Amino acid sequence: MAATTFRVWRGDKGKGAFTEYRTDITEGMVVLDAMHQIQAESAGDLAVRWNCKAGKCGSCSAEINGQPRLMCMTRMDELPANEPVTLEPMRAFPHVRDLVTDVSWNYEVKKKIRKFTPRAPDAPDGSWRMAQEDVDRVQEFRKCIECFLCQDVCHVLRDHHKHDEFIGPRFFVYTAALEMHPLDTGDRLRDLKEDQAIGYCNITKCCTKVCPEHITITDNAIIPLKERVVDEFYDPVVKLVRLIRGKKSS
Amino acid sequence: MAEYERVEHDVLVIGAGGAGLRAAIEAAAAGARVGLVCKSLLGKAHTVMAEGGAAAAMGNVDDRDNWRVHFADTMRGGQYMNNWRMAELHAKEAPDRIHELEAWGALFDRTPDGRILQRNFGGHRYPRLAHVGDRTGLEMIRTLQDHAIHLAIDVHMEVTVVQLLKDGDRVAGALAYDREKGRFRLFSSGAVVLATGGIGRAFSVTSNSWEYTGDGHALAYSTGAELVDMEFVQFHPTGMVWPPSVKGILVTEGVRGEGGVLRNSLGKRFMFDDIPDNYRPQTADTEEEGWRYVTGDKAARRPPELLTRDHVARCIQREVREGRGSPHGGVFLDIAWIKERIPNAADHIRKKLPSMYHQFMQLANIDITTTPMEVGPTTHYIMGGIRVDGDSQMSTVPGLFAAGECAAGLHGANRLGGNSLSDLLVFGRRAGEYAARFAAERGVAQPPVSEADAAVARALEPFERSGSPEAPYAIQHELQRMMQDLVGIVRQEDEMKRALDGVRQLRRRAGQVGVTGNREYNPGWHTALDLDNLLTISEAIALAAIERRESRGGHFRDDHPDKDPQYAKFNIVIRRGADGSMQLERRPIPSLPAELAAIVEEQKS
Repeated sequence: MAATTFRVWRGDKGKGAFTEYRTDITEGMVVLDAMHQIQAESAGDLAVRWNCKAGKCGSCSAEINGQPRLMCMTRMDELPANEPVTLEPMRAFPHVRDLVTDVSWNYEVKKKIRKFTPRAPDAPDGSWRMAQEDVDRVQEFRKCIECFLCQDVCHVLRDHHKHDEFIGPRFFVYTAALEMHPLDTGDRLRDLKEDQAIGYCNITKCCTKVCPEHITITDNAIIPLKERVVDEFYDPVVKLVRLIRGKKSS
Repeated sequence: MAEYERVEHDVLVIGAGGAGLRAAIEAAAAGARVGLVCKSLLGKAHTVMAEGGAAAAMGNVDDRDNWRVHFADTMRGGQYMNNWRMAELHAKEAPDRIHELEAWGALFDRTPDGRILQRNFGGHRYPRLAHVGDRTGLEMIRTLQDHAIHLAIDVHMEVTVVQLLKDGDRVAGALAYDREKGRFRLFSSGAVVLATGGIGRAFSVTSNSWEYTGDGHALAYSTGAELVDMEFVQFHPTGMVWPPSVKGILVTEGVRGEGGVLRNSLGKRFMFDDIPDNYRPQTADTEEEGWRYVTGDKAARRPPELLTRDHVARCIQREVREGRGSPHGGVFLDIAWIKERIPNAADHIRKKLPSMYHQFMQLANIDITTTPMEVGPTTHYIMGGIRVDGDSQMSTVPGLFAAGECAAGLHGANRLGGNSLSDLLVFGRRAGEYAARFAAERGVAQPPVSEADAAVARALEPFERSGSPEAPYAIQHELQRMMQDLVGIVRQEDEMKRALDGVRQLRRRAGQVGVTGNREYNPGWHTALDLDNLLTISEAIALAAIERRESRGGHFRDDHPDKDPQYAKFNIVIRRGADGSMQLERRPIPSLPAELAAIVEEQKS
């Protein structure tokens, strides 16, 4: 493949402009390779966040030709040939510099989610027994590499900026992994309804489409959580039973 | 006085992979105020890339397993160069560390009766690796991370330590800079735990991420601590070889554990041709027996593909050099063949090796359920590192602890797959415990401001040379190519001496490096600062590798291709001399206590 033009967003704290670079593309190269080549050739201070370059750490999230993707897993030969490649930082988070954004909000959100609380061990040696099929369901969610692309594409965050009220798809997946964990005894349904605004999600599935780990975020995590919230707080039969028994609904 | 933010912790943990997180958790649990410095974002450290599993003799799959067998396997794999106390503690404590992870939310794959499933791996006599498909490292780091965020641990993300500071003999803190703002941060602490991982970025073909620039090794060395076993670098036998941009990315040993076989261009399973004598009693005689082993037949012995990594890597190298390699300079690793043996093989492969399936599909357009992979050796791990006390993990500098890959001892001359994830749990915990104790006894030290000021001035020098023709990336690339070519998987004295000269020349050039732009999130500047560490550990590796005139474990000398019993008697220790030059010493290996020696003997058959 010949030289390709990259239009890379450069600037600080949200102010910036596209700068064009040309670099040679060889067989099998991914977008992150091209960024590294540009750093080495002509833009030593081009800010790019990355780590493993193997799709396992979720650091190099960016918007490639407008699509939220991992730079390390986007092959050059799957992008339209003979057209410039556009690279921008994730737009749902505060901009730091060039392709790097401040994703610290995600770390703050996670701290507020009630932690894993296991039931008493099943065996005298302190261990538990679990069936593989029960583990499988949760392992899907635990594949998450925290690239935050699902957060980037979620319109509640990206367009409506509800970062103070809404936790986003990543943390619904995280909560689902806790709620469906075979050992967990915690209850996060009231938090989901009242503090985390799961109701804002109108299941457009944009998050599922961008997930590089192919986690079925909407169908397997968010919808079941919504159903549990509905069952807990809005089911008239349950309400009646509680009324009779005098039990609080938490 | 230079400007910096001042932060105080009882225990400062540098590095936030498995070992650092586990140390931070333990120190916090002991009541220490803990600071955890991450070179990247929290949860992104190299541990996420670990695939195969964590070795712990729980005996869930084969009840013949116990700590004695694990201990003997680790010592045999390490060619008896190991710190035997560490090998003993590791084998005894690993099962508790795995169970503890489960109590914190980790979800390992299960046996039919609901216990933690264990898989086969190279050099382990019985199925021993607790795992989650082929993403065990991710499960571990996420479990530790999600546990740690609810403890009294201050996390410093995207902060890089440039120098450790001392107060008299003891370590007193560190000077660091935060990447986002480019500002300096001066840490005062009672104790420091180094958990910075490895050195893979000193080589051009590596499975390691950009962070692996030997920071902890170099920081400890510069502060007066001893390094040991630096000649022992592990070249993992199976990295991707094609396309060029993914060369070096790891292909888990789990592929072979699940029945994957290595073939050369003639279609021959060449591993059967070269089985070392000390492993012959445990190795299958026929392909049939090897298959029975990977499918759980306890009477069968393991296939030769599951011999130790050092040996398999050299056999692959030999096939390629002698013209029996694959089109892109590797050999073939075939898991697709198991369709001859089991129904629904493609589904089985996708279930057992999901990341590998995904990785080859996405990066190489290869479907591993139908097509063999091309693989070759890749720089993966350094057995050598900071010399520590086996029980406490304290280095030779008071108050300075080390755990995980940057510490040495457990693995000797060659690490067994799976022993790294258990290493970082067992010794991360120990380092955290003893560091908290040290800090409680001795109180927080105060680093001398003059040293911090000098470190700041040095760190900023590259900006003063912004017009310099020397760019940090070019020097890093040259160093990587040189180390790969001259101090790589097959070594010779004259080549390594050239490398040593090369390192010294590159060090002079690194002193002239200039960077452009400002201090905020500047990767050029960061690369310039990393160079110093890379050069230090490259020099240490070359120096130790020249001194060891034999072949043993990860260290193979073309000019001395055999093991020499004389060299079994000592480790090579490196430290900085009074004049600032690198000093080398042969340090006798203490003999095994009778009880452990008896275990080694009983496990030889």
